[in-house]
Amino acid sequence: MKFFIYLSNYFSNRETIQEIFLIPVIATLLAIFLGLLLLIVSGSSTQIALTALVALFTGSFGSLSAISETFTAATPLIFAALGIAVGFRAGLFNIGAEGQIILGGMAAVVIGFSFQLPFAIHLIIILLSGALFGAFYAFIAGWLKATTGAHEVITTIMLNLIAYRLLDFFLRMPAIQKEGRNDPISKSIFETAELPRILYLLDPNLRVHMGFLIAIVAVFFVYWLIFHTTIGYEFRAVGKSVEASKYGGINPAITIVLAMSIAGLLAGLAGACQIAGVLGRATPGFSAGIGFDAIAVALLGRAHPIGVLFAGILFGALIAGGRAMQVSANVSLDLITVIQALIIIFIAAPILIRKLFPWIFK
Amino acid sequence: MKLKLNEISKSFGPVKANSDINLTVNRGEILGLLGENGAGKTTLMNILTGLYKPDSGSILIDNQLKVFHNPREANKNGVGMVHQHFMLVPVFSVTENIILGTEPTTTFNKIDLTNAKEKVLKISSEYNLDVDPNQLIEKLPVGIQQRVEIIKILFRDAEILIFDEPTAVLTPQEVVEFFEIIKNLKKAGKAIIFITHKLHEVLEVCDRINVLRSGKIVGEELPKKTTNKKLAELMVGRKVNLKTNRQIVEKGEVLLEVNNLSILSENKEPLLSNLDVKLHKNEILGIAGVQGNGQTEFIEALTGLRKISSGKISYFGKECKNFSPRKIHQLGVRHIPEDRQKQGLIGDFSLTENIILNTYYEKKFSNNIALNWSNAKKEAKRIIEKFDVRTNSEEISADKLSGGNQQKLLIGREMSRSINLLIASQPTRGVDVGSIEYIHNQIVMARNKGIGVLLNSTELDEIIALSDRIIVFYEGRVIAEFPSNADPNIIGLAMAGVN
Repeated sequence: MKFFIYLSNYFSNRETIQEIFLIPVIATLLAIFLGLLLLIVSGSSTQIALTALVALFTGSFGSLSAISETFTAATPLIFAALGIAVGFRAGLFNIGAEGQIILGGMAAVVIGFSFQLPFAIHLIIILLSGALFGAFYAFIAGWLKATTGAHEVITTIMLNLIAYRLLDFFLRMPAIQKEGRNDPISKSIFETAELPRILYLLDPNLRVHMGFLIAIVAVFFVYWLIFHTTIGYEFRAVGKSVEASKYGGINPAITIVLAMSIAGLLAGLAGACQIAGVLGRATPGFSAGIGFDAIAVALLGRAHPIGVLFAGILFGALIAGGRAMQVSANVSLDLITVIQALIIIFIAAPILIRKLFPWIFK
Repeated sequence: MKLKLNEISKSFGPVKANSDINLTVNRGEILGLLGENGAGKTTLMNILTGLYKPDSGSILIDNQLKVFHNPREANKNGVGMVHQHFMLVPVFSVTENIILGTEPTTTFNKIDLTNAKEKVLKISSEYNLDVDPNQLIEKLPVGIQQRVEIIKILFRDAEILIFDEPTAVLTPQEVVEFFEIIKNLKKAGKAIIFITHKLHEVLEVCDRINVLRSGKIVGEELPKKTTNKKLAELMVGRKVNLKTNRQIVEKGEVLLEVNNLSILSENKEPLLSNLDVKLHKNEILGIAGVQGNGQTEFIEALTGLRKISSGKISYFGKECKNFSPRKIHQLGVRHIPEDRQKQGLIGDFSLTENIILNTYYEKKFSNNIALNWSNAKKEAKRIIEKFDVRTNSEEISADKLSGGNQQKLLIGREMSRSINLLIASQPTRGVDVGSIEYIHNQIVMARNKGIGVLLNSTELDEIIALSDRIIVFYEGRVIAEFPSNADPNIIGLAMAGVN
């Protein structure tokens, strides 16, 4: 638990530019370098490693379709990581984004296939329902913490496990399961509920959808919420010092429940966006670990909305570039997981980076 | 043993914590080291005990050059320190604590407690440090715990003893006993460094006094040839007025009335029992007492931070049942909490953010949704200016300020708005002499203007200097009440539970 407290404090402190900007950049480059080194050590030729490196870059930013893939992958990460960042600010370590995404996605699927509505209205309702269910699911953990003191790390992990099983059960319900299928897969949502592709006119195959634009709006909204509203002030006060916020007349219990619910709301939006923008239906693994990657994104972005935006795009790029790497260099996608893990290790140990590159921080 | 520090310098970044410090302590001598917070006392002692390495300069023991790489080496060379905050394990016995780190062992690495106990008893009788070696630390009063700390360093054969603010946590009676103890140690030939910021203490027990200011030794005085005033001026670097001007003011109507107040802890033990307290307009009511006798709980109850079990609290003639801190604040009751770093301020928040901590929701700073940062900034600038908070920006975080400036910021925040009643808890704890003077004047001025002040302090001097009336807390009860001109010794006895 100490470790979580340390992390959540660490990443929301006032910091210098070098810490906000330099450390993540160095951590990323170092992680990619070590990842490729690992490739060579495990028997690949230098040639393959170099091909992989090139593919990583061209596959993420090298063409319009690469950029489209990067933003598509970044969208749910940004939403969920914004939620986790809000939690950090209020002193909460929300591990439950995954479960909240699943709940949000499930709600979106039901709204999406159950009825047909005019285009814009259907879209708004599908997103709202996802947000609402995500918020409700996170509310449970917040409420448990506020009333009983149960630690949110434990409760959100448990809620994640429940969400997985809930999804399995859900996908086998006759009302949900696609007609004529034996495997657990939901019906597809109507076209009116789909998030339109932004670059449809350029090329219908470019997958980046309106969710990405909404995510950018959300970034600015969360920035405003955290730094310019009374509620955000309460979040940050409770996150820094429960004692002092009580003294200041803030009710920490209400604040915790509210912060947790907003975190879940954003994660729920991530789930709804995945359904309405990319997948169109739910399958057992549709959350794809986004909720866990989002923790890394929030950490990398230092729980700052703008930081989260860039970190989200970086992780999106790793995913998109990783796929290209797999195709052109025949390197396993697992290497991307290794690189992501290394980034987080370096971020969590900034002293290590300072020691490795002392001349940069002089 | 004789200790000599030669031209010791140490910098942290651009800050010179110690510059060219020369200092000697002889066998059988008590050297007083006087200085405000941030003067460099702690850094110097950390160098002496091997925690820091000096940038330049040397440490000589009996004219032999010594370099300590860690506290263990300093220990081996006879240097021992009693810290202000004791380093004891509460659930261990006295003996277990004393031997911690140097456990004597028999065959198969079994701890030799019998032998250790004998040695502890021997030391305690040799230096008149009466203590039961089998008792658990958590069952002992603070004064005795300090003895355990002293025995701990004597057990390691310390010849050079450093005491860091040793009287800060003691009752007046325990202070007297402590002075006896260090006089005994001096007679036994130990070299002693006594660090404090309390002037009368160095005058009472020290043989020589060195005054430290901004990392430099600014004067050496002999107790017989110096005065309180002179030492204070050396410490602060300018003239100080140690007496507060407290003109007589007729007290007015009752502002706060507490009737039959009781509070039980979670395991139903009484924390406060049947308290009756009245505070009037134009009055400073001092709460004296050793820390942990219910003062904290009392003030938490008054400020809405703690639920009461029975009884009545009335502000301005109206009973306040289960009022929240915000509601009590809105009555015009201002609270300076005893722990400014934990409760009164948020260290990571900017000064501006701290200024609105208990008013951020008011019209001036918020339209119920968004905060008005420009107003908050203006308010912060105004308070910083008016209350002489030394900082170059209102955007730096509060933990970058010195203790005195933090406290001025807090007092400024609480006293710059409409105020009817002030509850001040340990308002000058850990604050430099210059700021103490300022804070005391603010409190007295508030009272002259017609405000009632409840002053809680473990510093009896402060209570006596400021209060119009003094009540003494002991084990959750008010056991005595005194007028402002009462004999400090009698108040001291009441603090120890003798009535």
